[in-house]
Amino acid sequence: MQKYSIFNLVKNAFSNHQNWDLAWKDPTPKKEYDVVIIGGGGHGLATAYYLAKEHNITNVAIIEKGWIGGGNVGRNTTIIRSNYMHDDNALFSEFGMDLWRKMSQDLNYNVMFSPRGIINLAHSDAQMNVYARRGNSMRLNGIDAVLLNREQVREIIPMADFSENVRFPIFGGLMQPSAGTARHDAVAWGYARQADSMGVDIIQNCEVIGFDVSGGKINGVRTSRGNIKAKKIGLCVAGSTNILAEKLNMTLPIETHLLQACVSEPVKPVLDGVVTFGAGHFYISQSDKGEMVMGGDLDGYNSYAQRGNLPTLQHVLTEGIAMMPFLSKLKMLRTWGGIMDMSMDGSPIIDKTHIEGLYLNCGWCYGGFKATPASGWTFAHTIAQDRVHELNSGYSLNRFNTGHLLDEKGLGTKTWIS
Amino acid sequence: MLYIKCPHCGMRSQNEFSYGGDASVKRPELNKEVSDQDWDNFVYNRKSLRGKHWELWQHISGCRQWIKVERDTATHEIFKTLKADEEISL
Repeated sequence: MQKYSIFNLVKNAFSNHQNWDLAWKDPTPKKEYDVVIIGGGGHGLATAYYLAKEHNITNVAIIEKGWIGGGNVGRNTTIIRSNYMHDDNALFSEFGMDLWRKMSQDLNYNVMFSPRGIINLAHSDAQMNVYARRGNSMRLNGIDAVLLNREQVREIIPMADFSENVRFPIFGGLMQPSAGTARHDAVAWGYARQADSMGVDIIQNCEVIGFDVSGGKINGVRTSRGNIKAKKIGLCVAGSTNILAEKLNMTLPIETHLLQACVSEPVKPVLDGVVTFGAGHFYISQSDKGEMVMGGDLDGYNSYAQRGNLPTLQHVLTEGIAMMPFLSKLKMLRTWGGIMDMSMDGSPIIDKTHIEGLYLNCGWCYGGFKATPASGWTFAHTIAQDRVHELNSGYSLNRFNTGHLLDEKGLGTKTWIS
Repeated sequence: MLYIKCPHCGMRSQNEFSYGGDASVKRPELNKEVSDQDWDNFVYNRKSLRGKHWELWQHISGCRQWIKVERDTATHEIFKTLKADEEISL
């Protein structure tokens, strides 16, 4: 594989950049693999990469119905953070933060990780207390957290509404300075390129039709490009988890819902990091191109549509304008939707299943992108060692049966409420 | 925008309704031995079908009645609506 470097950039300039190697090959599926990963999104590609890198398992295929990086890794709001209170979530996410910081060097691909901080705004004394508690929990787990008062928030985001007679006045906020954003497509492409260079087959336009299971053991997968035998299979298919689970006669604590996001026309730099509204569900950052990137609530009912509905968008942007009134002057450039695998406690599942050799990675709800490296790393460990790692031990499938829920937001099973 | 035909009030916009989830899920019978698996299936496990899906909605800004709606989760087409006490024919 050709290294991406200033030297190679100059060298290739002499041939008008016509002779770069392909970033990944387009192989025909082999008859058999040690591990097949279903789903060529961020998590699937990261899993294959860490299988090869950390566990020396390179006889691996990723099979993807469409094209790699065409799902949620290509349509999110790119926020990376680890501001969780519960230990399982905090330690898992902070492990991921470490992988994010090293990712561009590790993958030899500029993922443009930009740690500019995230601020969760508070709009009451009670909310300040809750944030103080969360911040303390974060610091106990080694995560940076700063409680800001109203004036400190004003210094960082002067464009927020600090006028006197507003419905949700800003009391302060909780900041994680090390949080940030990254270039989402580069994450998918960087993992794909490295996985491919270590011998992983990336097979696109290959739809799963069914599974071969006998005697409680997985033997392979039937696809639109033929049958593929595999000792182990990992599912990383986010919003399509229930569709594949049905083929395996499994019913999971997951519902598929639609989440929308949108960007405005590009404007001059106005917002440094990520800001979230504390009296509703709205988050905003500014892209390097200058677009305001915004998102919020689910559409609120089960959906596989991958396209949004206006009432939710209007509701979300109303919150945005309440927080930063200048947004009302901006024209909307693009809106889009993706389908989320909403778990029943808001936390993901990375675990073995009752079928030997079948592994499950799903339930990422709103937070799949930031988890990409940690999810791939722990899922690769779970598959390679056939046991969960300490970091994903809280993300078990049977926690719904034993009552060990990880309900960070305290919302219960109504996944459409936010 | 979805338009839902409330069996009590007629055709109304989605803004008047609030979602209540899968309508095919049944609470285990009272006064009977119920296994953990039965409770799991009732509380947590969902088929989340792609295609026709029976679901509960409440006409929260209208008659406030719960209703059942058969909707396609991929196209958002609505086929049928029923009163809450009418049985679904699957």
